[in-house]
Formats: sequence, C-alpha cells, structure tokens
Amino acid sequence: MTGVNRVSVGGSRIDRSKEVRFTFDGQSYTGFEGDTLASALLANGVTLMGRSFKYHRPRGCLTAGSEEPNAIVELRSGARREPNTRATMAELYNGLDAQSQNRFPSLKFDIQAINQLLSPFLTAGFYYKTFMWPSSFWEPVYEKFIRKSAGLGKAATQADPDTYEHSHGHCDVLVVGAGIAGLSAALSAGRSGARVILVEEQVAAGGMTSTATDFIDGKPSDEWVAQALDELAGMANVTVRTRTTLFGYYDHNVLAALERVSDHLEVPEAHQPRQRLWTLRAGQVVLACGSHERAMVFDNNDMPGVMLSGAVRAFVERYGAAPGKRVVVCTNNDDGYKTAASLHKAGVEIVAITDARAEPSPAAKLATAAGMKVQCGVIPHKAKGRHRVSAIALQRTDGSSAEIIECDCVAMSNGYSPDVHLVSQTGVAPVWREDILGFVPDTPIRKERSAGACKGTFELNACLQEGHQAGCDAAEAMGFGSGDPGSAGTADEEEITAPLALWRCPGKGKAFVDFQNDVTAKDIQLAHQEGFVSVEHAKRYTTLGMATDQGKTSNVNGIALLAEARGEPIPDVGTTRFRPPYSPVAIGAFAGHERGMEFQPVRRTAMHACGEKLGAVFVEAGQWLRPQYYPKPGEGVMEAIYRESEQVRKTAGICDVSTLGKIEIFGEDAGEFLNRLYINGWKMLAPGKARYGLMLREDGYVFDDGTTSRLADDHYFMTTTTANAARVLAHMEHASQVLWPDLDVHFCSATEQWCGVAVAGPNARAILAKAFGDAIDISNEELPFMGVREFKWNGATARIFRISFSGELAFEVNVPWSYGEAMWDAIWDAGQDHGLIAYGTEALSVLRIEKGHVAGNELDGRTTAADMGLGKMMSSKKPFIGQKMAARDGMIDPQRATLVGVKLKSGASRLRGGAHLVADKNIANAETSLGWITSVCDSPAMGCWIGLAYVRGGLSEHDGKILYAANPIYEESPAVEICSPHFFDPKGERLHG
Amino acid sequence: MHQIDCPWCGTRDEAEFQYQGDATVQRPKPDADEETFFRYVYARENPKGWHVEWWHHVAGCRQWIKVVRNTLTHEIDSTGGPQSKLTKPDEKGGTKS
Repeated sequence: MTGVNRVSVGGSRIDRSKEVRFTFDGQSYTGFEGDTLASALLANGVTLMGRSFKYHRPRGCLTAGSEEPNAIVELRSGARREPNTRATMAELYNGLDAQSQNRFPSLKFDIQAINQLLSPFLTAGFYYKTFMWPSSFWEPVYEKFIRKSAGLGKAATQADPDTYEHSHGHCDVLVVGAGIAGLSAALSAGRSGARVILVEEQVAAGGMTSTATDFIDGKPSDEWVAQALDELAGMANVTVRTRTTLFGYYDHNVLAALERVSDHLEVPEAHQPRQRLWTLRAGQVVLACGSHERAMVFDNNDMPGVMLSGAVRAFVERYGAAPGKRVVVCTNNDDGYKTAASLHKAGVEIVAITDARAEPSPAAKLATAAGMKVQCGVIPHKAKGRHRVSAIALQRTDGSSAEIIECDCVAMSNGYSPDVHLVSQTGVAPVWREDILGFVPDTPIRKERSAGACKGTFELNACLQEGHQAGCDAAEAMGFGSGDPGSAGTADEEEITAPLALWRCPGKGKAFVDFQNDVTAKDIQLAHQEGFVSVEHAKRYTTLGMATDQGKTSNVNGIALLAEARGEPIPDVGTTRFRPPYSPVAIGAFAGHERGMEFQPVRRTAMHACGEKLGAVFVEAGQWLRPQYYPKPGEGVMEAIYRESEQVRKTAGICDVSTLGKIEIFGEDAGEFLNRLYINGWKMLAPGKARYGLMLREDGYVFDDGTTSRLADDHYFMTTTTANAARVLAHMEHASQVLWPDLDVHFCSATEQWCGVAVAGPNARAILAKAFGDAIDISNEELPFMGVREFKWNGATARIFRISFSGELAFEVNVPWSYGEAMWDAIWDAGQDHGLIAYGTEALSVLRIEKGHVAGNELDGRTTAADMGLGKMMSSKKPFIGQKMAARDGMIDPQRATLVGVKLKSGASRLRGGAHLVADKNIANAETSLGWITSVCDSPAMGCWIGLAYVRGGLSEHDGKILYAANPIYEESPAVEICSPHFFDPKGERLHG
Repeated sequence: MHQIDCPWCGTRDEAEFQYQGDATVQRPKPDADEETFFRYVYARENPKGWHVEWWHHVAGCRQWIKVVRNTLTHEIDSTGGPQSKLTKPDEKGGTKS
C-alpha cells in the first residue's frame, strides 16, 4: 500500500495495481493511477501544500475539487510549467513534478510568514491606505514593491509546445454536471430521443453521493451511476464528456466548456491537443452543477488538516486516502454525519462529532447508535497546531467553553451553497432561501432550468425526481414530448433536518472567510465600518471572492457576515454578479490554433517572389507583406532608403502597389454616387481620365483618399489606401443600400483581381514603351497626365494610369493578378538599360513627403480637408457626405493645426515623427505644444531631414519661423524651420515631362 | 454568441456580421440644418430592451440588415432588409415582454 494514510476501503477512482511515482517540492512519493496530487499527498501524510497569499500562513487543501482556494501549485517544468493549478484537480501521472508556490525559501520555512506578525497592519484596504503618498513614489517605489509581493506562481517563459483545439457542439439538451440529478436528466432527455450532451468537470460521474450511505433502486449509489453511464453510452444521441468544465453561459444559449484532454498525461499523445475549448449551442440547458460546501468561520480555521466535510468524504471514498487518523467532525447540518459514516466504514477513528444544533437530528441519533460520540450545541472555538492541526478547542453555542480534543483532522461543514455561478451569468439574480441557508436561482431568463443541489434540492430522492423531470421538460421543449423518458430512479427515503445559521464561531483570532485572499471575518467588519457597505464594494475592498476560486467556498459566509454588520437580513445584502469563466481557463485554450503563423492569414501580392529575388525586406501592412526596401550587400537600412529615393528621381524605379484597395463601380448613376461620396466633383470627368478624390466621414473629418478613373460612361475604377480598403467598401455599401437605394450603382472589390506596379522617374516612359512595345502608345499626346487607357497585353486586359505619387513622370499599370510576375519581369528586363531600380514603401514615403502628399500618418481621423491644405477641393455645387459637419465652427477655426513642412536646422542628427513643436524648447508640455510632426525622412532631394507637421495657425502664422521639435522620450528638441509642405518641384513640372 | 437570420443567406453566426449601430436614425436631407446633422451623427438613444440595429453581413452577402434585438436579453425578434419597416415587440401591442 502506498502512503501511511491509505485505507483499504473505498478508492473508486484509483487503480491499486498501478503505482505512480511523483515529486512534490523535490521529494519523491508514490501514489496510484487515478489519484489527484492532493489525494496522493494526503495518502502520504502530507498536509502542508501551500502558503497563503497575504500572510503566508501554512495551508493544506480545503476541498477535493475545482473550488480549491489553498492547494495551488506549479506543475511540470520548463516550457510546460503551469502555475496556479489546483492540487485537487491535477491527476497524477508517472513523473509528475509539482512545486508549491508563494513561499521562500521553502514551504516549511517561509520568510514572508513574518507578515503574520505584521498582520494588524495588513488588513483590508492596507494597500489603498499605505501606498498613497507621495504620488512621486507610485511608479518607482510602490509599484516595484507591490509587484514583488503580488501574484502567485511563475508562468513559463518559453513557448508552450502543446496545441489547443477549438470545437463546436450542437445539441437539443445540454446537461451540466453528471451528479445524480444530471444523470437523471440526461437519461430522461436521451430516452425521449433528444440529442444530449452531458458535461462533467470531474473525471468520473456521481457527484457528491456517498457509497457508504446512499442507495438508489436498492443498490449502492455507485452501482446505479455505473448503470446510468452504461445506458447513456448505449444511446447514439447522447454524448458524455468528462474532464470538461462548463465555464461560460452566453447569449442565445451558447455555452463554453474546457475539456482537459491531456492534462492527466505527462505529454499529450500524438495528434492530441492538451486542452479543447468547446463552443456549445444548446436548444435547452439543464443545470445540475451541484453545490459548494461552506467552511465554519472559527479561529485558525485555515490550519492544514482542517477541511470541508464533503472533501474528507471524497478523499476517502474516491481515493482511499484518509486526511487523518483521528478525525473530529464539526457540523451545523446533516452532511457531517455522512462523512462520519464514510470514515467509520473505512476504519478511520472519529474522535468526536460536534453539531451546532441543540437537538440531535435523526442522523445524529444514527451516529450515536453506531457508537460515535456526538455533542450537540457545540461548535469549534480554535484550531491548535503549527504546520497542521493537533487539537481543536470547542465551545458551547451558549458561550461557555468546552473541551479541547486532540486530533489530526477536522472535517467541518457549515452547510451547502447551491452553485448558482452559471445561472447568474445569464442575468438571473439568486434569491435567498432561509430553510437551506443558501441562494437559489430565480425564474430563468434563458432556455434553461436547474435541478438538484444547484437549485437547493439536497435529498437524494428529490434530486432523482427533479433531474428526471428537468430532462423531460427540456426534451419536450425541443419537440421530443412524445418520446418515452422512462422513470426516475428512487432512493430510500431520507429526512434532512435544516441546518443552523452559524456565520462566525465566537473568537478573537484570525477566522478566515476567503482562504485564497486571506480575508478574515474582521476584514469584512472593517470594510463595513469604513463605508463599503454594498456587497460589490465590500468585495472589491476586501478582495473577497476574487482570484482563481472566485469565492466558491466563501461568498455566502462573506455576505452573511456583511449582513450581520449591516444589521439587515441576508436577502437585502444580495450577491455579486458572477461572470465567466467559472474556473480559470488558460490563454492557450482561447488562442487555440490561432497562434504563430496561424494567427491571421498572410497576404502576399502576385509579385512577392520578384521582391524576394531582389532581396527585399518585407514589412507588414495589415495582413499584407510589402517590400519595405531592397538593401544591397553591406548596405544599411537608411542607406538603402536614401539610395532608392535618390535613384528614382535620377533614372527610374518600380514599386509594387498591388495592396491599394480597388473597387469597380458600374451603373447609370455611378458618377452621381461618387459625387455624393467625394468632396470634389465627378460628373465632368471624361472617360479615359483619372482624378484625385478625397472623402469625409459623416462627422466631417477626412476618411480616405485615392485616385478614381472613369473607364466608360457608366464604369469607374476607384482606388483606396491599403489600410482603409475594407472600410471604404463597407461605407459605400451603406451609402448605396441604406442611404440611396434609388441610385443605379453596383460595385465590388477588385483588390485581388488586379495587381499593380508604379513605375516612376525620368526614364519611366522609355522603360514602359520598351516593355509593352506596340501594345499601347504611351506618348504624352496619347496618354497625358491623369490619362487612363485599357489595352491588351499578352491576351489579357491591362490598364495604365498616368498618375504620380512621387512627383516624377510616373505610370501605374494594372494587370490581372496571375499576370503580375510576368509583368514585373517584362518591365524589369526593359529597365536594365535605363537604370531601373526597385523601391519599397520607405522610399515611396520619402518621395511623397518631398512632394507634401498626405498619407496614413496625416489621415489620422482628426483632420479636416482644410487642415491638409485641401479645403478648396470641397465643392459647394453639390451635397456630399460630411459636408454639413465640415462647416461647423470648430472645423473651420483658423486656429486649427494645419499641414506645414519642417526642415531640420543643422546641429542635430535627425528628425523624429511624433515630436511636438514648441516655441520655447525649455517649456515643452501639453499647453505650449503648437502641433506635432507626422512624417519624417532624410531627403536626398533637399539634402537634409524634412518632415510634415500639423501646426496651429499653419503656414500663414509660422512660415519661415524656427520652432523646436520636442521629444521627451529621446530628451531632444532640435530646431526646425517651418516651410511649405511642397518641398520638391513645387510647380509640378517634372510629372508633366 | 448570436445567431442572426440574414434575409438573404438564412441563419448565420454572429462572427460573420459587423455591428453597425442604431438603425432608428434617419439621414437628414442634404439641406437640413447643422443641428439636425449634428443629432444624426452624434445623438443616440441607449435603450434598455428592444432596439433596431444595423448589422452588416461582411463575411456573407455584404448586405446591411436591420435587426430587432433586445439589448438586455440579446433576444432577436426579427430581421429585414435595409428598407424594411420592422416593429419592436413592445410596439406590437404587448405580445412579448
């Protein structure tokens, strides 16, 4: 037998023939297959499993499930290290390596346990009160201190080697929880013919039933459970998923669950994910998620060895692991007796049972008859011990003291709180039931119903009936009313005597309400005293109910104590609203496959390979990859950009411009449609001509710009910026479908139908003439500036546009996407005698800054057409989107920041975008800022650094003046001269060449 | 996660749609005054309960559709094309709450 505390009875989940070796804090132990880390440690007599968050008090596990607040450990090492996992949920495998957290240097001796001596100062609100003054200490001093003491385990620093999967499930009836009520519901719904999915967080079904005391249909409950699972497995319309936690209940009956596919293995099996995130769409939902036992609030109730009664029972029955050899059971309800019966059956000594209720219940009488020592009207006073409980001091409910009993385990039960977490997520407010001392769900809002303990029904027979009925109702609601649901199981009648409210066992010491956040009964009084009387405020002030356990064991105790402090009944205090997730979900599970290269698609242009061949460095533009620059061997970034920009103006350059948004527009009213979209006029544009257009949003600010051409009377071709391609299309769809459905206009995106290059520079025409030969005449007469022609090239339709972003003689050529590479090669070959180079987005930007053309940096959503110097484009002869709003006072204020050029004066090495322009370089702040620099470049044409900027008062106020470009990040403020943004060839002579 | 009944494509997942705001506002005539345009651009009701909204079927037929949706329960009562006149359940005479 492995472990000093292993008992020979029970152990339904373990395989005693399979020993498993594992380590905890470096020490080797042996457990059985099927153990959890917690059960295996308990079986080995290890009770100390962690240190508490604030006071670093020694802690053992309180529970046996996902609600565990104390036994939080780190699993595995290296890239698979996983912090903040619950020892009660971690299934054992050979070689499992677990570490305790939140302690230094060791679990037994933790230096920060000194916090316990400082605890009078570390009460609720300590941080708020202490780290207030002076504010200059917030970041440099306080933050460092708080960060050091905050947080639990350490995340892995390497990339997770495992995969996570997303799956979708659809069903008529989703049953949450495979306890007795859930199984009954799945059986009746499944038998009726409905498609059923049953999810269970634990590895096995059965919930909180006890094999020692519970019998169904005359059989021990575990046999009934096995039979139910067999029947469900035989139904093709039913799926059962264990190790699957339903963590979120969203609108339209969509629920999310996390399936722990491989967490119980050292490494996932081949092609298996570690975890699977389920999106479940359910017609009807049956919530049968059970209840959470509450702790008794007495002094030192957090000592290792003091555990919830149901947990003690679960450890014995599921794993054959006794949490102690001499157990005292302290209860205020009948559940304590179930645990006593379990322990008794396993041969564990029960030293005493204390019951807060004055009169012995029928269950108490049975225990007495079985030879157990039951003390009524007795409650705990204080647990004694160091790293684990060694004795419990008792007191009578009338205040008089009672005996001190030596023990190594206290099984406490302060009643059960129905698990209303998921139903609360749907917006249903829980209502208080005094008879069971718990909150139960109010009328459903969604298509769901609760059954069993989560509805406040604790009697076994009633759970069977209620689950059965819920399954029938759900199936009927989905149209399976005519199916035969069979009959519900029946349990031997049992009578449950009501629990006694016991929110604080009198005492002067530390009595914990929220174990995970170290919130004591006193902290709740303090919060109330300091004015945090609303339950939501008290939660945030004390941190009650926060962190990984979300207060599953503590919320109701906390609310009851707050009610006591307020002198009001519990329903008047109410509960906090629960939000997803029910229990922690790893970010990896949410990310699923969408990581690395699968995070989003990569869009490559048709000429991507041409750029690669020339050694392009690519930059991400949205999802697109665009050649940023083409470095020659040994050339740096800045040098390459400089060379490319210089060479375009000297000879010629070719640039991939395929990513621009392209929209084909057809229809009788296409011109009218453009008139309403753009600020400038379009009806006079002749076929075969292009025009620059600027569009506003309805609020009057600039939205996007681009060139649009008229290819035929009823056919236009629009280009948008790369960044706004999708938004412009949606904007146009709104305009045509919603605003002006009467217009005869049809359009669609053609961004990926046409690929394009820009060929710019003095030699551009010669190069293209050679490349396209007789296919098209591109002389100045045939294709003047802003002219557009369609022609046939190698059997395909091509379009050539005489437009220029660089200010040079330039053309853009579009061909069908699949012809892109061929076109690039043809032009490239033709250009070799004419000094043709390839240039990327950086040189493109240099060339347009030298010309004062606006781009994304200037189109930042806060600028008007006039701010950009394009106010005169706004037509007064026709209405257009944004017209009225663009005329509002604030939009035409002469003090608005408008576009200017800036030149770096000698003495500084470079300009930087984002710098603010100020008149006095010694006073640079939000008040003295006159504007900001949007784009900068090292300009070959101007021989210095230049930039574009928005400055209040604009050119009319600042032309020729010196301002300072303050940049506090780099601690610099070089002098700049304000000038026209049209730096190079202001008259535009070159592009007419 | 909503399921929205697109009048063109049938019932589709919310992920295919883009929410586009209040469908109860009407764009004023071009000659309307500045105040009217200001209200069209900026002023919105924020109802708790039934509302008519624009949803754009961007990953589908690319139609803008009207959706009568409850902002509290997320229930969807009806959908229609951009020119449809949809009625909120609380305006129909109290058949639904």
